[in-house]
This record gives sequence, structure tokens and C-alpha cells, in this order.
Amino acid sequence: MPESKKAFDKESLRNVLFVAVSLCLVCSVVVSTAAVMLKPRQVLNQELDQKQNILRAAGMLPEGSNLDPQGRSIEELFSEFEVRAVDLETGRFTDEVDPESYDPIAAAKVPDLSSNLSGPEDIATIGRRENISRVYIRRNEQGEIDKIVFPVRGYGLWGTLFGYMALEGDLETIAGLGFYAQKETPGLGGEVDNPAWKAQWPGVKLYGEQREVAVALVKSRSPEGSPRAQYEVDALSGATLTTKGVQNLVRFWMGEQGFGPFLENLAENNA
Amino acid sequence: MATPKEVVLDPIINNNPITLQVLGICSALAVTVNMATTVVMCAAVIFVTTMSNFAVSLVRNRTPSSIRIIVQMTIIASLVIVVDQFLQAYAYEISKSLSVFVGLIITNCIVMGRAEAFAMQNRPGLSALDGFGTALGYSVILLTVALIREPLGSGTLLGIELLPRVADGGWYYANGLMLLAPSAFFIIGLIIWAIRSIKPEQVEAPEYEIAPNLQYKEAM
Repeated sequence: MPESKKAFDKESLRNVLFVAVSLCLVCSVVVSTAAVMLKPRQVLNQELDQKQNILRAAGMLPEGSNLDPQGRSIEELFSEFEVRAVDLETGRFTDEVDPESYDPIAAAKVPDLSSNLSGPEDIATIGRRENISRVYIRRNEQGEIDKIVFPVRGYGLWGTLFGYMALEGDLETIAGLGFYAQKETPGLGGEVDNPAWKAQWPGVKLYGEQREVAVALVKSRSPEGSPRAQYEVDALSGATLTTKGVQNLVRFWMGEQGFGPFLENLAENNA
Repeated sequence: MATPKEVVLDPIINNNPITLQVLGICSALAVTVNMATTVVMCAAVIFVTTMSNFAVSLVRNRTPSSIRIIVQMTIIASLVIVVDQFLQAYAYEISKSLSVFVGLIITNCIVMGRAEAFAMQNRPGLSALDGFGTALGYSVILLTVALIREPLGSGTLLGIELLPRVADGGWYYANGLMLLAPSAFFIIGLIIWAIRSIKPEQVEAPEYEIAPNLQYKEAM
């Protein structure tokens, strides 16, 4: 087609610019349409996922199911929870932020909203800790606390483990621990997600006599009935560093730097 | 000129992108730990390769050769982002376990390889078929690898228990290696060996020959 070639040279600068600009326009319209149209569904998915993680940690959803034994959905179950912001410095509830939209993990990266942790304080190796975190509280008909769930995180072997820890209404007994994001070795440290291992957590006592966090992940359990036994959970075999990471993150978040002061205040009805 | 049938069926065994061309290995290692993620990944790659081949072919006569790679990349990247957004909206659990690997379809050599090698020279319909066939060849290998890895590594297939694991009170000692990426290397290696034993014409001619050992003096 010699004639048409004369009329149209696709290597010309004009055509290069034309193709580049129009391609970018078309592609950006396609991409942004998809992103904008699907955004509400994605946000809904993310929220539902977090709600599900919280309910699983609290032991309110059976393994592998999205409905509780009474057939109630995640939304229904979660609506019984009250979300509150907690000032970790004072250990009291705060109204400084809107607890529904507040993101503690994002706040930990902002200098004004978080504090730096020095070496010995930072046993969970998180670097910075947000000043305000969130708790999820479920009350029974009498208005007493039935379950309380805390966001926790800490460094394992390959990366930070993010999860939720739930306590019973006595604020001393663990109701469950579950991670929603972790990068541990599959089959070894990755077994933190194993239901059989997670099943050991409910019922474990958090605090020792001096109000220190006494939970320990151990190689061999103390005999049934001994004073230590109530604080112990099996270590993960073949995953020393993940085990240490989990123990440290529990000790950190339930301890002096984490929710420890808040839990004390709450027990005295002073939060 | 290739016929549509050849274009679709050839990449499955005779010209498989993974076993013959040895492309797209990265994602073949990463996403084949369980069947569900593998199926979604294969569907995503089939969609992206088919559509990108179609779109690249559609604009092939207008695309200046000086910016053709960028044009192809832009088309592929846009399609991948759309797929990623869809998965996040409609298959959230799976998109979480696929994490970055959906995004990394952009860098999958197979997609761009077909755009550059086939779609730039052929009609849109045939190019789409070629993309579909090539991605199908990729999928066949990925599904085979997942079919071996999931049962041996976690005792399940598509989440349904096949071999009850000792950790869950059964008798099967799960093979931890199968959960890690290197196991896919071994499996793909074995598949390549099997295919090339059946079809010796796929064996590549050696690029060089190692000189035989002469005397020990040689080293001096």
C-alpha cells in the first residue's frame, strides 16, 4: 500500500505523541473506572475481614465457618461489640479520636501520634507505638464486660505479625489469640495459624502475682495443677524465633507499655 | 500462517511457555501452594494474556516501533490493575493470599512475550486465541504443580481433607518442603524431564561442550 504509507507515517513524531497520549487516556479511564466502581465493595470486604478476625480471636466463630453456632452472621455478632479508643499513656478511654475511623497502625508511623520505644522497652520490636489504640468490648445483659479484644502486633522471624487478642470479662483470662497477617515460614512458624495450636490459648491466665505478664510459650509444659501450668502454651516446634516473637508481643501489649495500665483501670472501674 | 487450532493447542505441550520456553517460573513457584489460589491466578493470567494480545494487535498498525514496548506495557499493566481490583472486590480471601502476585502478572514474561512476538504481527482474533492458548499452557503446568503440592504439603485439595495430617490427629506426616517455593522447582524440573523424554525433539542442542580431561599436567 504505497499510497497510504505516503499519507500516514506511523514513525512520525506526530503519531508517536498521538498514540502515547490517546493510549494513556484510554487506559487511565479504564483503570480509574474499575477502581472507583469497585471501591465501596473493597472497603466493605476489608471491614468485614477485620470484624471476622476480631470475632475469631474472641472465639465467637467456629473454625472454617462464617456463622456462629446460632447461625448469626459476622455483622450481627460484631454489632454487639462497642468500639472505644484508649489512650495508652494514661490507660483511660479517650474521645480525642473517632474510634470507628481511627487506624492505630497508621498512627504508629506519625511522629505526633506515636512515641519512640527504646531498646529494652521495645520487646515486640515494633519501633514506634501509637499513643491511642482501640479496643472492642462486648457486654452482657447486665452491662458487665463479657469479652474485650485488643489489636496486637510484634516481630516474628520474617516480618511483623498482626493480630487480635481477646480476654474474658475477668480481664485476666485469655479468650483467644489470632493473627490476620504474618510472614512466618509455612509449616513451621506459619503454624501460628494452626487451629490446634490456637485452641490452647483460651483459658490461659495473663498476669502473675506481681501483675507481671506471666504467659510463656514453653518446650515442655509444667505438670497439670502446678502454679506455672496456668500460664503456659506450647511453643511452636521448629520455630524458635516465631515463638519468641509471639511471647514478646503478648508480654508487650498486655504489659506496662501496652494495655496493662488500661486493664488495671478498667478492673477498678476507673477507665 | 498458523491455524487457530494450532495457535490454541500448541502451547499446551509442544510449545509450552513454562516447560519449553522456561518463562513465567516466578509465579509458578509462588502461587501453587494450594489449588484455590492457583485456579484464580490461572484465570487472571488467561484473561490478561488474551485481552492484552487482542488490544496490542488492535493497535499494531498505529503503534510506532520506537514506543511499542511502552504501549504493550501500558496495556498489560492496565488490564492487571483491573483484574486486581476485581479480585479485591469479589474474591477478597483469595486476593489476600495471592497478595503481590496478581500485580506481578505485569512482569510475567509470557504476557509481554506473546504481545511482542505474536500480537504485533497478527490479526486481533488470532492474537487473542494465541494469548488464550499460551496462558492455557501456563495454567496446565501450574495446576499440575498445585495438584502435587497441596495434597503432599497440607494434606488437602481445594481445602478438602485428603490425607489427615498428624498435626490434626491423622496419620500423614505433611511434607513441609512442599509448602516452600523450591519444591515447585523440583516438580517443574521433573515435568520438563518427563515431557522431553516423551518428545526428544524438545531437547535443546548443547550450547558448548566441556573439553575432556587430559593429563594432570594440563592444570599446571
